[in-house]
Amino acid sequence: MNISVCVKRVPDTETRIRVGADGTSIDPSGVKFVVSPYDEFAVEAALRLRESNGAGEVVTVSLGDEAGQDILRTTLAMGADRAVLLKGQVTPDGLATARMLAAELEGHDAPLILLGVKAADDDQQQVGPMLATILGRACATAVSSFEVDGDKVRCRREAEGGNEVVELPLPAVLTITKGEYEPRYASLKGIMAAKKKPLDVKDAASVPARISVETLELPPERSAGRIVGEGPDAVKELVRILREEANAL
Amino acid sequence: MTNVLAVVEQRDGVLRGTAREVVSAASRLAGQLGGSAHALVLGGPGIADVAGTLGGWGAEVVKVAAHDALGGYHPDGYPQVAARVAKEGGYGVVLLAATGLGKDMAPRLAAHLDVPLAADITGLDGEGGKVSLTRPVYAGKAFTRITVDASPVVATIRPNVFQPVDATGSGTVETVEVTEDPASWPTRVVSFEATGGDVPDVAEASIVVAGGRGMRDPEHWGLLEDLRASLGDDAGLGASRAVVDAGWRPHGEQVGQTGKTVAPKLYFAIGISGAIQHLAGMRTAGTIVAVNKDPDAPIFKVADYGIVGDIFEVLPRLTEEVRAVRGEG
Repeated sequence: MNISVCVKRVPDTETRIRVGADGTSIDPSGVKFVVSPYDEFAVEAALRLRESNGAGEVVTVSLGDEAGQDILRTTLAMGADRAVLLKGQVTPDGLATARMLAAELEGHDAPLILLGVKAADDDQQQVGPMLATILGRACATAVSSFEVDGDKVRCRREAEGGNEVVELPLPAVLTITKGEYEPRYASLKGIMAAKKKPLDVKDAASVPARISVETLELPPERSAGRIVGEGPDAVKELVRILREEANAL
Repeated sequence: MTNVLAVVEQRDGVLRGTAREVVSAASRLAGQLGGSAHALVLGGPGIADVAGTLGGWGAEVVKVAAHDALGGYHPDGYPQVAARVAKEGGYGVVLLAATGLGKDMAPRLAAHLDVPLAADITGLDGEGGKVSLTRPVYAGKAFTRITVDASPVVATIRPNVFQPVDATGSGTVETVEVTEDPASWPTRVVSFEATGGDVPDVAEASIVVAGGRGMRDPEHWGLLEDLRASLGDDAGLGASRAVVDAGWRPHGEQVGQTGKTVAPKLYFAIGISGAIQHLAGMRTAGTIVAVNKDPDAPIFKVADYGIVGDIFEVLPRLTEEVRAVRGEG
């Protein structure tokens, strides 16, 4: 079974964010970009399924500019068979992103499409279910593990207050969260092999974004508060402050 | 005239804590836009009882979609029915809560309506008739102000951020006929296994007790649970990335950039040193309390109040004191 995985290039989560000169985007200088961590879980899930099936192709797809080739090479080094870079504008309009991805994925013979549950930058948690709705496929979000059984996929998902099991008919779209799929490190052999694997670069379908970023600002610094005291003797005063001054209890 | 639709959640016929926040946000925005706020609730037969409450919070019209197949959240059914109601009502804005359910439902709803979604917003303004939204990015390391060039504007609001507004009224109740065919919904919900009992999700709890590496062993979590329980039904448990990566706690409790971004009124960071990606996820909390044995821990740079000390001595005393002042000890 072929599996297509959508991945996004994002700043490493340890990055300190600075606002760029345009006032609407980050200053990318000195920022290390990585495969969004949740998308790595999705790549890992796809590789494991291919390995257990002993057949099928894993294709990774990313929307963005030329720089996206680096993270696609990372997915190839992990073990993906080929990659597609869709050159187009990444905006906060997740529906526009989903439409551009859908235009590419319609041409893939992949009963399963996987994505991370959310991107570590915009954190909107929306492209997967939007893509599924556009393609008319069933979708499960926040999936921590899944098994394919014939023409169905059974998913365990992180729901509020517990774990939910849902069953979907294939073809389906799943968004993957942290769970079973701790991503592998690329081996040296994998890195060498990745250089020879196909990476197509093409223009994304033209879909105008309908969300505009007016400003990007850093949050006001939280000023350091006060140390109420040391050890358990300070507890009484802390609780008094929380009740009487902070009005928080 | 721009009307605003608040899509609210109930569970077993009881409105979720976020329902009032969504109706209040809708009501305030509708006032700015010169329209009125309506509410939509979906669920099984018998949920119409909640309509009066929604009316009292400021919903002028309460639409009730009750059907056997909508008894529990259905990822195909709920968005389809809500999209139809939104379309037929000609709403200019549709709001949901950014809960687990809302995050699953809103993107599908927006895609059915062929409009973008502004997710997990912390600010909403309709002055001058134009809707402007604020949302955190990079897990709260920065904020963007955005505008949406589509109708309706669909957004999910972050729990605990939007304050209730005072309202009086009763609301006109309208029944929504569910004409969709549940047999056409491909997803089958097989089972649900509760893990947290009645403990609210960390992203929705108004008080969060979070533990980190300093707890030393997963078996010590009973001490955190005691503190959480002493704080009442609205308190939830959180965890740092380190303890989730170590397998001590489930990922659903993780606060930070690869977990959940939270904004409770009160946040206890117990034995959490305060990595940048954790601080990003909780810095918008109302009041932050840190307990850590290391006086130089970065968490003290964002905490409003701190105690330096051995958490195994401080925690039981804290629980005891909270119980005492809350009159439950």
